[in-house]
Amino acid sequence: MAYYLRRAGNSLLLLLLTVSFVFIAGRMIGDPALNMLGPGASEVALEKLRRAAGLNDPIWLQYIRYVGNLLTGDFGVSYRFGYSVLPSEDLDEIGQPVIDIVIERLPATFLLAAVAMGVAVPLGVLMGVVAAAHPRSVADRIVTIIALAGVSVVQFWLGLMLIVFFAVQLGWLPTGGYGGFHHVILPALTLAARPIGRIAQITRSAMLDEMSKPYVVTARAKGVREWQIVFVHALKNAAVPIITMIGDELSALLTGAILVEKIFAWPGIGLLIIDSLTRSDLPLIQASIAVVATLVVVVNLMVDFSYRLVNPRIKLGTRA
Amino acid sequence: MTLEPLVSIESLRVEFPSKDEPVVAVKDVGFEIFPGEILGLVGESGSGKSVTSQALMQLTKFSAGQVTRGSLNFVRRDGSNTDLRHADEQQMRDIRGNEIGMIFQEPMVALNPSLTIGWQLSEGLRIHRGLSGKSARRRSLELLRKVRIPEPAQRLRQYPHELSGGMCQRVVIAMALACEPRLLIADEPTTALDVTVQAEILALIAMLRRETGAAILLITHDMAVVAQMADRVVVMYRGQIVEHGSVRQILHRPEHDYTRTLLAAVPRIGEMSGYSGPRRMRTAGNSGKRDKEAVSGRERLLDVRNLTKRFPVRGGLLGRTIANVHAVEDVSFVVNVNETLSLVGESGSGKSTAGNCILRLEEPDKGRIMFKEHDLLSLSRPVMRSMRREMQVVFQDPYGSLNPQLRLLDQVAEPIRNHKLETGTAVEDRVASIFKKVGMPRSFLRRYPSELSGGQRQRVAIARSLILNPSFIVADEAVSSLDVTIQAQVLNLMMDLQAELGLSYLFISHDMAVVERVSHRVAVMYQGRIVEIGSRSSIFEDPRHDYTKSLLAAVPRMNPDIRAEAMAVTSATVESPIRPAGYKPDPCRYDEVSPDHLVLQG
Repeated sequence: MAYYLRRAGNSLLLLLLTVSFVFIAGRMIGDPALNMLGPGASEVALEKLRRAAGLNDPIWLQYIRYVGNLLTGDFGVSYRFGYSVLPSEDLDEIGQPVIDIVIERLPATFLLAAVAMGVAVPLGVLMGVVAAAHPRSVADRIVTIIALAGVSVVQFWLGLMLIVFFAVQLGWLPTGGYGGFHHVILPALTLAARPIGRIAQITRSAMLDEMSKPYVVTARAKGVREWQIVFVHALKNAAVPIITMIGDELSALLTGAILVEKIFAWPGIGLLIIDSLTRSDLPLIQASIAVVATLVVVVNLMVDFSYRLVNPRIKLGTRA
Repeated sequence: MTLEPLVSIESLRVEFPSKDEPVVAVKDVGFEIFPGEILGLVGESGSGKSVTSQALMQLTKFSAGQVTRGSLNFVRRDGSNTDLRHADEQQMRDIRGNEIGMIFQEPMVALNPSLTIGWQLSEGLRIHRGLSGKSARRRSLELLRKVRIPEPAQRLRQYPHELSGGMCQRVVIAMALACEPRLLIADEPTTALDVTVQAEILALIAMLRRETGAAILLITHDMAVVAQMADRVVVMYRGQIVEHGSVRQILHRPEHDYTRTLLAAVPRIGEMSGYSGPRRMRTAGNSGKRDKEAVSGRERLLDVRNLTKRFPVRGGLLGRTIANVHAVEDVSFVVNVNETLSLVGESGSGKSTAGNCILRLEEPDKGRIMFKEHDLLSLSRPVMRSMRREMQVVFQDPYGSLNPQLRLLDQVAEPIRNHKLETGTAVEDRVASIFKKVGMPRSFLRRYPSELSGGQRQRVAIARSLILNPSFIVADEAVSSLDVTIQAQVLNLMMDLQAELGLSYLFISHDMAVVERVSHRVAVMYQGRIVEIGSRSSIFEDPRHDYTKSLLAAVPRMNPDIRAEAMAVTSATVESPIRPAGYKPDPCRYDEVSPDHLVLQG
């Protein structure tokens, strides 16, 4: 229990550091008011905006206000979203709260990550297990090559090839956009390639390790069937590195799907981050990164806690 | 004998394919196992004894071994006779764990670390008996009681790492017995265990044989275990059988030279009475009479006072120390010039930690270590570094303690180069002269450790420790991983070097018989403390502390005519020296029962 509390505390600290870093970086990319109103804005309008947004206050006061607002769930309002065209000089229009914009994008990101991992985890683990159960066999070689290809393929190239083949030539699937299940297939496959490869590689090496351990001989001497030895005895012991890898790849999907979302015009968080960056929408950048960082921290916590479930020898929180 | 044999192996040959010619691990081996008997299969590493037993279970094929000749006839439960060489996988699965059970060397790794004891125990019952749920649980409990495990119901829910090594071996035995096999193969069942635990497990196996009537194939390198357990003995050497016969015949009247060498190389406890110093081991062609005895001086070399080392156990919200492992607690002893002091004890007794503290490989918490006229614990790092020329160490595992990427010359020369003692060709000459001392040819200088046998590696490790002309060597289980004939040679080498160079040894070991052979003085450690210390003869001929007595009693004797009384088969779990933080242990107080013979009070 103490361990869980300590881990949760560490995670909160980590999140605070992340948002602080984003806050500081945001002040370093130029005058927020100028970024927002554009180079043609009048000095009067700029000053008005600065006063309204508190940009004239000392930086530490802005920081405290920012963090204080975060704690109440207030991430600020967007500089762009919610305005009819561009913010008028009167500032009578109010931007949309950025957190709403980010949360609106989450389902799309989750769907994409879930489908990609839903393909990658069973396939990668199965490939790795089959390869390790018959080392140096034809199956092992095929798995090794596929895994290497999955890890080293360039993502946007793969995405474009899939579009050319399945969308343009065959016309089976749409080239992009968000809608029914057929929209998710191509981007998910593009994203799954790397996790399939890495999960297969780590599973293979962890399983090879386990299959050479004495308890496997014990199980054979008991008359246990070979597939049961592989899937029941060895896989459970090989699970820790595999879960670590799955967590790693899931984090990468939640944060790094930018390119693929762009190619397939998938309205997820990655696309949002790109858009907010090109529009210098500082509050939106900050909110997206805070949310993504939270997701990564949560994934890592789940990975750590799941170690205990698969490996009874891991006693969380005790150091001898 | 009019009985039909349960197993009869004829002209068995097992090969392992390799790049060039196949390696023949077993050739032309044949013997029989009769119902209810214990057959001892003895030999050193590489003799093919384990491969033979694995061939019986068709387990060799998983490590690429092939039975290329011979037959392995086994009488099955229904009375039919099956040649296990040609049995198909389905038949084998039905036999493995059901009609033939197997017990392994290292119980901690033979069990699956992430499955509960109950699950692993009942697995065989589910497969072979179709038991499930309550009935499997009832039978599992019954099995745990049979192997005398305390609180069996609780054990079923536990994982292997929560149990001691001896307990794990009981579980492995229970697992092997689950389906009442007709044959039990025990492959070095006690080699990885402490001697008192070994005695318990051997007694348990003997008792189970009487209760179940199963035949037991006992594979071991330990002649004393064979003497205590076996009815008949088969001796293997380099894949072949050199001799077989009844246990008395083999131990009292061995006929083959190899058997004689093997028996001669084993130190027998109690054979040293009447001698004060160490004695060379008997090896082939040497009766052990020609002794250059190292007479220990009275001059102090090392004086250890109140040495204490604790390892913190951390926990809680802030990771504070919540308890301490009292690894070494208030240990004091003296090593004189040209003397061997043995630290003897079971695993976890703190003997290795004590050795490491003296070399300052670990920093002790308390105590004073005087080496010659230097107070070691007050020395600065650079001074301590130069002091290390005087004190060297030889570790247990010659495979792990040599760097596989370095030539032997460079490994042994490293200390000379570190201390900038010689340069150029003088380095090589010096290494060559040390090699000569430890009996290694000069041509080996450019070889790599992988080209050497275990005994040769340990000689190199000794050469490395001697290269700086030290006066003191810590030998931490230095011969424990070697075969007995090699062990005898290395021990003789160490004793010769002592006589020749005036060395002092701190000889850390768990093996009472070896300790008796090499020591001038002996200290017995238990739970971090020295419970008894004195001259070799006072410890072995007049032990006073209960723990010393039980340790000596547990050593299996080499005589099949004097078998240990059936020991109490229940197991006493060793209390671990973990104490809550802030615990103040009592200082060690000793009674002097005779001059220099001290026994811990209380």
